Amino acid sequence: MTALLNVKDLRAYYGQVQALHSLSFSLNEGSLTTLLGANGAGKTTTLRAICNMVRTTGTIEFDGRPLTSRSTENIVSLGIAHVPQGRGTFTTLTVEENLQLGAYTRNDKATIASDIERMYAYFPKLKERHTQQAGTLSGGEQQMLAVARALMLRPRLMLLDEPSFGLAPLIVRDLFKILGQINREEKVSLLVVEQNAQLALELADQAYVIETGRIVMAGGAKEISNDENVRKSYLGY
Amino acid sequence: MELFTNQVLAGIATGAIYACMALAVVMIYQAIDHLNFAQGEMAMFSTFVSWQLLQWGLPYWAAFLLTLAFSFAGGIAIERILFKPLAKAPILTQVAGFIALFSIINSCAGLIWDFTIKQYPTPFGSAPFLGSQLISTHQAGMIGITVLLLIGLYVFFQYTRVGLAMRAAASVPESARLVGINTSWMIALGWGMAAAIGSIAGMLIAPVVFLEPNMMGGVLIYGFAAAVLGGLTSPFGAVVGGFLVGIFENLAGTYIPGVGNELKLPIALALIITVLVVKPAGLFGRHIVKRV
Repeated sequence: MTALLNVKDLRAYYGQVQALHSLSFSLNEGSLTTLLGANGAGKTTTLRAICNMVRTTGTIEFDGRPLTSRSTENIVSLGIAHVPQGRGTFTTLTVEENLQLGAYTRNDKATIASDIERMYAYFPKLKERHTQQAGTLSGGEQQMLAVARALMLRPRLMLLDEPSFGLAPLIVRDLFKILGQINREEKVSLLVVEQNAQLALELADQAYVIETGRIVMAGGAKEISNDENVRKSYLGY
Repeated sequence: MELFTNQVLAGIATGAIYACMALAVVMIYQAIDHLNFAQGEMAMFSTFVSWQLLQWGLPYWAAFLLTLAFSFAGGIAIERILFKPLAKAPILTQVAGFIALFSIINSCAGLIWDFTIKQYPTPFGSAPFLGSQLISTHQAGMIGITVLLLIGLYVFFQYTRVGLAMRAAASVPESARLVGINTSWMIALGWGMAAAIGSIAGMLIAPVVFLEPNMMGGVLIYGFAAAVLGGLTSPFGAVVGGFLVGIFENLAGTYIPGVGNELKLPIALALIITVLVVKPAGLFGRHIVKRV
């Protein structure tokens, strides 16, 4: 398998503060990879670095093409969909408009319309509320909307920043089931950042553990969740 | 009673101009969260450009359309050259930018066309409208154009891809970039549209207040009052606010003893302060709630 995403020697800075220290990892086409770690470890920064939303050095290659010199908008049009922390819902727009915006970089009107219907099939709640202002949705519904909006891009790679954040356990189960389905059926590669390590490891096939801006552990999701030392020292369960 | 109807209709007509100015103000406020103090001067300059085109012998509507195009391009140029570099600057720096723009445009207009008052034609004539003494054809034209403009903007924002992208960029800029919208150009587009809308206001009010570099000073204050009254986040509110301010101004001038023409402007300022104290979000504006 070839690497879809290749990150080498990535360093990221917020002003004078360095948040990532020489991070390297790769992600295979079709895989479901999770990035684990405690608060402040640099998980969100890693995702933001991929979309060039933070100052970085080092190389990031997507499908062989360097990303660091491209603008965020341009990176999106290559097929990388980013579901940001806090969901990034366009709260003043309707649910349907949110979905249309997900397909902003596409030009095929007819398939966009059928994709919206497909999203409603995945998430029936969104269909019920399609004319409603997105800000009035519950947290779980907004997370569904964020995932659906990202899928509207027909991405090759989807970046998800703490999709379980603030959601009830049952809703998280549903959401993760759908994420697995998306990965298998739509052949979308996923990079999921999670604090809920147990859940993420059940879902993923690859995992990286990150601590204070460095990768401290990499491997198959099964091995990592079976390694008691790793679990106790980094994942806390 | 006839006096009352007459004053209300005249108020709606001038209100149409305030509505246009308020719309222009709201367009830029939505894009960059600041009031453009130079909006009136930009409109005045555009009006001079159209006057110049008319002097060169162009028919009215050709000059009108060319002026729209010029203003649109000019608005984009101002954003690219002056305000894009200032985008992350503190608010006072931006205010200084607006004021600088104000006096630069004002002085340039004076330099090019001098400060004498000029006549400006109306394409509608000034006969009584439909034989009624209540309102003139020019006043009716002002109202008609404003309503057309509002419908056009509604269709643009509601049914076009770019309109949706502009709303998205104003709503959550970061998410807008994450779906591939070039938010920086959306801001420039907002400036261009605001400048074009302002130029319509300038060209419609010029036959009434006459053409000179300071013609928009009072109009802009009313435009601000209209925008604040309607709610700075709502284009629809801006238009309603414009009409209300126009009516209010006329009725106050007619019926409150001692107000007359002299005190009309302070009334607009008093209205701004009252709205900000009593209902800061305006009639149709959204309360911005932020989680911290």
